[in-house]
Amino acid sequence: MIKAIIIDGKDNVATVLGNAEVGEDIQLIGQDEISTIRAISKIPRGHKIAIHDIEKGGPVIKYGEVIGKALVFIKKGEHVHIHNMDSIRGKILK
Amino acid sequence: MIDYFFGYERENGCGVRNHVLVIPTVSCSEFTVKKMVSEASQYFSSYDGGIKALNNPYGCGQTGKDLDQTTRTLINIGKNPNVSGVLVVALGCESVNYDKVADEISKVKNVEFLKIQDQGVTKTVDEGVRLLKKLSDEAKKMNRKKCGVENLSIALKCGGSDFTSGIASNPVVGKVSDMVVNMGGTTIIGEIPEFIGAEHLYAERAISQEVKTEIIDTVHKFEEKLKREAGVDFRGAQPSPGNITGGLTTIEEKSLGAIKKSGSSKVSGVLEYAQIPNKRGHFMMNTPGYDIESVSGMVAGGANLVLFTTGRGTPTGNPVAPVIKITANYETYKIMEDMIDFDCSSVIDGRETILKSSERLWELIIDVANGKPTKAEINRQDDFLIYRIGPTY
Repeated sequence: MIKAIIIDGKDNVATVLGNAEVGEDIQLIGQDEISTIRAISKIPRGHKIAIHDIEKGGPVIKYGEVIGKALVFIKKGEHVHIHNMDSIRGKILK
Repeated sequence: MIDYFFGYERENGCGVRNHVLVIPTVSCSEFTVKKMVSEASQYFSSYDGGIKALNNPYGCGQTGKDLDQTTRTLINIGKNPNVSGVLVVALGCESVNYDKVADEISKVKNVEFLKIQDQGVTKTVDEGVRLLKKLSDEAKKMNRKKCGVENLSIALKCGGSDFTSGIASNPVVGKVSDMVVNMGGTTIIGEIPEFIGAEHLYAERAISQEVKTEIIDTVHKFEEKLKREAGVDFRGAQPSPGNITGGLTTIEEKSLGAIKKSGSSKVSGVLEYAQIPNKRGHFMMNTPGYDIESVSGMVAGGANLVLFTTGRGTPTGNPVAPVIKITANYETYKIMEDMIDFDCSSVIDGRETILKSSERLWELIIDVANGKPTKAEINRQDDFLIYRIGPTY
């Protein structure tokens, strides 16, 4: 099974360690508790999956810190990348 | 958790190595230094203690703050607790105030001094060999004694990063940094350009409003210098298209991956390049990202051990402090096992948590502090470069 790593307990995204297809189950590792999540979009290796729903305009959290904001409502299991999130501090991608 | 190691007690702390250091105060004396070291090293050349020479291609044609920084680096690397005794070799007419270099270091350890313009190359080499033998004999009399881990000052660095660095090896090192700070020791993080975009988050960890302002100012000044002198808008150009393809989204995410190796402890202060902190805790040092200049500055700032994470692999080492290299990329570890010390790819395949891996790394750190040679020490790789901040005249 493909794995995805959660770096901090506060994170709402995990980094996927293989190429995940739509409908594929992914094992969430990195914290003491191991669980699974189903990918609802295709996610390339090294990219992020939402492990909770993220409201439009809400913070995307990795490393326990805000790495950007959601441009749209992001559903749990969805690919989180520059098409649906943006920087707050640096170059505006959209 | 082991909270002690067996080190060398010095006036200003405990060393994990017992080296004799030769410092050329200018590039003009480097060749003479190389000659005397190649003759004298037979007297003292173990991994634990040996004659080491600094690489110094500068020391003249320098002025102002740039000259101050080079001089400070030469003085403070000589004061590092991993050094037992120092031989300073000057030409005689360089910009660096060589008397000051020798005098300052002699406040905390044995220093000998030679000036090429007093006697020519041949006599300087002969005299240098004699003095190095004397300093080596003094060093050999030192024995390891029990020291608390508060005597560890650990430099934190990443280089040749890949996607495994931000999610595994840097967080593992970050946990170790927190352990060291909790036990009363010191950790130092450099590479200021890596903070751009996430400096506000790191600044939240400052112990005071003053330190918080200093963190933000240091990062912004570095950013402005890049814009002014190299014409590059770092914030606007990061993350690179390659980073984005690899999965990174924003500059916050990229910078946080690098800063993660500093853990989550309070930031006690901001240090100038090669400045020795006057208390213990976690510090930020004003160094560039360039591996060798950055590590050299932190070791001059008193770091007696270096943790270096890498994704793509690097053989780098330092003449004064052992450099422990860490990767979470299993392929990199397998291909370059002769230059990498610690494999934490177990974090990426789910066999180990970040915390468990950091505890395993801690055991290696104590072994290295007790004398176990690192791969860079076995390879005799002694990289050293001073960060220049002004033009050559």
